[in-house]
Amino acid sequence: MGDHHHGPATGVTRWLFTTNHKDIGTMYLWFSFAMFLLGGFFAMVIRAELFQPGMQLVEPAFFNQMTTLHGLVMVFGAIMPSFVGLANWLIPMMIGAPDMALPRMNNWSFWILPPAFLMLASTLFMEGGAPAFGWTFYAPLSTTYAPPSVTFFIFAIHILGVSSIMGSINIIATVMNMRAPGMTYMKMPMFVWTWLITAFLLVAVMPVLAGAVTMMLMDIHFGTSFFSAAGGGDPVLFQHIFWFFGHPEVYIIILPAFGVVSQIIPAFSRKPLFGYASMVYATASIAFLSFVVWAHHMYTVGMPVAGELFFMYATMLIAVPTGVKVFNWISTMWRGSLSFETPMLFSIGFLVLFTLGGFTGLMLSIAPADFQYHDTYFVVAHFHYVMVAGAVFSMTAAVYYWLPKWCGRMYSESMGKIHFWISFIGFNITFFPQHFVGLAGMPRRIPDYALQFADFNMMSSIGAFIYGASQLLFLYNVIATIVSGERVSDEKVWDGAEGLEWTVPTPAPYHTFEEPPLVSKPAGTF
Amino acid sequence: MALFASFTAAQNQVNMSPGVTEIGADIFELHMLIMWICVVIGVAVFAVMFYSIYAHRKSRGHEASQFHESTKVEIAWTVVPFLILIAMAVPATSTLLEVYDNDEAELDVLITGHQWKWKYEYLDETGENISFFSNLTTPQEEIYNTETKGDHYLLEVDEPLVIPTNTKVRFLITANDVIHSWWVPELAVKRDAIPGFINEAWTRVPQEGIYRGQCTELCGAYHGFMPVVVHAVSPDEFQAWQAAKRGAAQAESQLALQTLSADELMAQGKTVYETACVACHGAQGEGGIGNAIAGSSVVMGDLSQHMAIVAKGVAGTAMQAFDAQLNDVELAAVLTYQRNAFGNNTGDIVQPGDVTGMNNG
Repeated sequence: MGDHHHGPATGVTRWLFTTNHKDIGTMYLWFSFAMFLLGGFFAMVIRAELFQPGMQLVEPAFFNQMTTLHGLVMVFGAIMPSFVGLANWLIPMMIGAPDMALPRMNNWSFWILPPAFLMLASTLFMEGGAPAFGWTFYAPLSTTYAPPSVTFFIFAIHILGVSSIMGSINIIATVMNMRAPGMTYMKMPMFVWTWLITAFLLVAVMPVLAGAVTMMLMDIHFGTSFFSAAGGGDPVLFQHIFWFFGHPEVYIIILPAFGVVSQIIPAFSRKPLFGYASMVYATASIAFLSFVVWAHHMYTVGMPVAGELFFMYATMLIAVPTGVKVFNWISTMWRGSLSFETPMLFSIGFLVLFTLGGFTGLMLSIAPADFQYHDTYFVVAHFHYVMVAGAVFSMTAAVYYWLPKWCGRMYSESMGKIHFWISFIGFNITFFPQHFVGLAGMPRRIPDYALQFADFNMMSSIGAFIYGASQLLFLYNVIATIVSGERVSDEKVWDGAEGLEWTVPTPAPYHTFEEPPLVSKPAGTF
Repeated sequence: MALFASFTAAQNQVNMSPGVTEIGADIFELHMLIMWICVVIGVAVFAVMFYSIYAHRKSRGHEASQFHESTKVEIAWTVVPFLILIAMAVPATSTLLEVYDNDEAELDVLITGHQWKWKYEYLDETGENISFFSNLTTPQEEIYNTETKGDHYLLEVDEPLVIPTNTKVRFLITANDVIHSWWVPELAVKRDAIPGFINEAWTRVPQEGIYRGQCTELCGAYHGFMPVVVHAVSPDEFQAWQAAKRGAAQAESQLALQTLSADELMAQGKTVYETACVACHGAQGEGGIGNAIAGSSVVMGDLSQHMAIVAKGVAGTAMQAFDAQLNDVELAAVLTYQRNAFGNNTGDIVQPGDVTGMNNG
């Protein structure tokens, strides 16, 4: 760069070659929203087929491709990149840094994602169809019995893993090295704390996932038998490896969501976050426990009773730090001065529904009871309460909360509130009845079901269509805001908002904190 | 609203079934205990939250306090939940130990998961094992909505597992291809069937009845179409059933030595085709997951190659080895049927003796 200028480049090269954390954050957010719509479309196909008993729209084999791709796209394409996008936008602004520590790697970790998902989606058009073995891809269904497209799936997972690891290293390096003078660890905003811990989890477990898919690749193409008993391997080994990644993975998804609501609830309660230190310790405890509970996904594989007991006790323990967090959020609201703008509504929605998902999680941790819950719709209901009402609701709250700061325009509050209520009601109509059919004995991942499950499934499908449609309203509201929202210029868009990101001009200029600010107040105090 | 009005408690079960076994009842009680603890905690926590939402709102002019920690309260809400968890862990542990008590079984049944059916084998000390496959009987017409669905839609099989009541039955569970999971909610038994490994589970059913369940581990395209049906009968009835099964097995082996007519072979072949082949190869032999049978060069070509594929399967594909699932008469019949149905019309007749010779040679 010969000439020294501060604005973005023009045209497509701005986005292709950018090393600016705000541009990259924006791309992550739009990409993840596109994936959210794609994964949502797959979910609509699933719910349409399950609307009534009998096979109507798709064949069983294609139904399995839909459930598989829905899970993969939502977890790896929608939720994870959306929080990375949020981290890109916010972490430098929250800690008073001019950009991420490793900006070129930042560009690369985004730009390898679209090809990876293009490859994954292209498997739908391959002979033998897309992967149809569930997002958990248990061997040998995903090895010996997999369609040929599994090799492309493995390559896509490898690329996603590389992207996640690079993104995490970047976040760790940024938080450790680029905090403004005076921004000690215990003054960092909760969102930064939760992401720092999440990044360590990612660096620890993504290589494990890469190992699992590499072993699959070897079994499929190079004659090894990691997961085949006939050659001395063990199919259950796959599950142990997968869940050693998979359980921390669910906390990777939920911890940044915790961070988001820990920013938003104090802002609209006009009161500092209750128990900041205990929030940090609780987050760290949850992260630690996430490494020693993986086999609670596998109570029915025939583990020795001592193993079952260990994993049951360890899993139950997670309720303690999670409870601390919920109590802290409610205490933050207690005797505050509450107002209920859209971000707060989504945060309260998160709080109520995530807690419900936490309760069913506690029930699932009880090994003998899990023999009746395992792999039924009760589990489907549980993880959608924590993944959708947890991660997606908090992400939605985050977009409404920071969007005015990002683009200098205010979203339509009434449309935001309508979006919240339709989402909240649609979500519950979809997933609450799934507790019932699960307890009554409906297994998950089936394209057709016995007649006694018909009414609740129809209800669930209707709810899903409502919830799905409400996301289009969200898209419209965001675009309308960016194009023609009412301009805001206050640095502090929300009167109760606290943190360095609210000290820069609105909309946030292309470069912020080229001179580091001086931080003296602890995080979240007024 | 009409939709909601049509809901009745009988049709729409909303809770776990306590089932019929002692363990089922224990698990149900445990489930209810944990659920009620969660409900009580939930009501208390949300009551506080909703009170705050009501009373501490800005629009009512509530001024925000600035307190942000309290060590005493924080210790309390760490310690109290921990104690509640210990209270939950005690009954959970004792129930789990009960579930794992596989000793002193009076009857052993080997359950093998296949794509997409269950095989049951009664292990007998004399070596005269009774064994059979249990296939879904719901017709394709019901699944594809051209006929009205029956009462036990997708939960009905040709041959159920029969077990005696008041007897400790041990299940040895494994699989032939991918992982399956054998579940009967009312017996509170769910165990994964893992190829190459054997898992144990047990039950003691106190009352006669028919208990239905399903495979609960994704096992491929027709995962939703491999139900489990268990008939619990009195021990006397069970003895009689066993004797009848053994007699039928002997009659079958006699039949294998005979020469059957083309009509007999075609009739039985159609039945076998419709249980064993139709899911993958289609009702009209048009193919699907498997290759088409109609006009297939394998089916219309060399008999020994056709027979080898049906008997031994094709490694690395969904085509299974059917010599383990079908007896010689059934194999001969289905080969004859495939070579003459769907316009194949080769005119070849395969006798049970041909198959026996093939398998031994």
